[in-house]
Amino acid sequence: MNAPAYNFAYLDEQTKRMIRRAILKAIAIPGYQVPFASREMPMPYGWGTGGVQVTAAILGPADVLKVIDQGSDDTTNAISIRKFFAKTAGVATTTATDEATVIQTRHRIPETALRAHQVLVYQVPIPEPLRFLEPRETETRRMHALAEYGLMHVKLYEDIARFGHIATAYAYPVKVNARYVMDPSPTPKFDNPKMDNCPALQLFGAGREKRIYAIPPYTQVVSLDFEDHPFEPYRFNAPCALCGAENSYLDEIVTDDKGGRMFVCSDTDYCEGRQAAGHHGSLSAAPYKEKAQEAANG
Amino acid sequence: MADQNLLENDEPLLVARSLSKSFGRINACRDVSFSLYPGEVLAIVGESGSGKSTLLQMLSGQLAPSAGQVSYRMRDGVTRDLASLGEAERRFLFRTDWGFVHQDPAQGLRMAVSAGANVGERLMAVGWNHYGRIRDTASDWLTRVEIDTARIDDAPRTYSGGMRQRLQIARNLVTEPRLVFMDEPTGGLDVSVQARLLDLLRSLVAELNLAVVIVTHDLAVARLLSHRVMVMKGGRVIETGLTDQVLDDPREPYTQLLVSSILPP
Repeated sequence: MNAPAYNFAYLDEQTKRMIRRAILKAIAIPGYQVPFASREMPMPYGWGTGGVQVTAAILGPADVLKVIDQGSDDTTNAISIRKFFAKTAGVATTTATDEATVIQTRHRIPETALRAHQVLVYQVPIPEPLRFLEPRETETRRMHALAEYGLMHVKLYEDIARFGHIATAYAYPVKVNARYVMDPSPTPKFDNPKMDNCPALQLFGAGREKRIYAIPPYTQVVSLDFEDHPFEPYRFNAPCALCGAENSYLDEIVTDDKGGRMFVCSDTDYCEGRQAAGHHGSLSAAPYKEKAQEAANG
Repeated sequence: MADQNLLENDEPLLVARSLSKSFGRINACRDVSFSLYPGEVLAIVGESGSGKSTLLQMLSGQLAPSAGQVSYRMRDGVTRDLASLGEAERRFLFRTDWGFVHQDPAQGLRMAVSAGANVGERLMAVGWNHYGRIRDTASDWLTRVEIDTARIDDAPRTYSGGMRQRLQIARNLVTEPRLVFMDEPTGGLDVSVQARLLDLLRSLVAELNLAVVIVTHDLAVARLLSHRVMVMKGGRVIETGLTDQVLDDPREPYTQLLVSSILPP
């Protein structure tokens, strides 16, 4: 019973080769959705089966893995995927963005700027940006092939006509390398500028839809907009209540049933890092901790 | 400038040469040839199953003919065979220099998207990137097809049948095409709405100097709109000529039957 129950990183070597071929093709054609033979994974669709397969295919024994879900390192999804690879690949895991070589993410890009030789793997539910405008797959493929992207602007037009501004707040369409229009997965549009000219490699895996796409390092990524309604990243107008950060993406947390709420960094690693460095927000527990410490000592 | 126009109007815009289409043993369309000049309205009439719609699909490049060819004079003045165009060119032609008005507006419109975006889609497809200008042009076109601009943000599924059809026309004409195909544009509308739509179409055609190929089984539509008529039966063109000539003095027995089956007013 000493034989390992699984191959390194769960998937068998042939499957990993197949996925790597898809990844290489995706990198060669930035923003193009490459079909691949997605496998059943030991988790439900929608929990990151695509991201997990991409991670499994690129992971090496020396890699350090970080997994985030909505920016957080300690949600169920993030913890189970981290444990999954710790168990099946025996790789080191971390919550620090700086130390990681592979970061699998759902719905966020870390606040800490990514470096070269890091890989960011996105979990993608619906890879086709044109899907809700054009239901036919044959037609959307043809539109990508011929770069017919007028329809994407129809969606933005509708937003402005209805709400007075581009109300799309996540999965905001981008044009990669001045060619393919791509869905950046449901990341908030706040994160879109981080994709542009990023030194890290960005890979996108959609398990149920069986597509892989990529943004190679240092590639131009432009958010679509109108001349008179330019793209604007959105952020709650408040500092983080825990670390006081003024420029990070915030989660809104309801604290009581009387309208009380607090805004906190969605990137937990970034927030903890700042607090450790001595930054405090209005609701930070740090002063109380210090007092408690003093009381215990005194 | 006038000479230039004269010269341009002298050459046909669309030329069909012995077009045939067969589906297995069925010959849907046999040996159809004609030329269409700028500003000319050609009606194709005939009963159901006479090959009208097949012909229209071949003319508009949606269906490859079994034999024969269609050529079109592009905006740069060069006449080209449709079969020689790449798919990208053909689709570009379709959304800029051509229009296609479907019988059922649901086929030609995006029913869940506002009227303004429906009209603006073609503009955005050719690279317009200024919301204000797109919206102004859209509302200008809604006015031209007599739709209240207060309804610019409503989806066409909230529109009546006649309004939908007028919206479809606006959507097609916004890029100022030179050639518009119409497949029974008044089918399914009640008589007073039909009359209004025909009136609108007639003035737009004259104003924009549009060439139109209109397929209809309604001879009244042909009489009101078209300059020339082609009568089809069993996939063949059996009679062709000036509209009043064909309708007032039909030569073929079948045409005589068609004309005589119109109820007297």
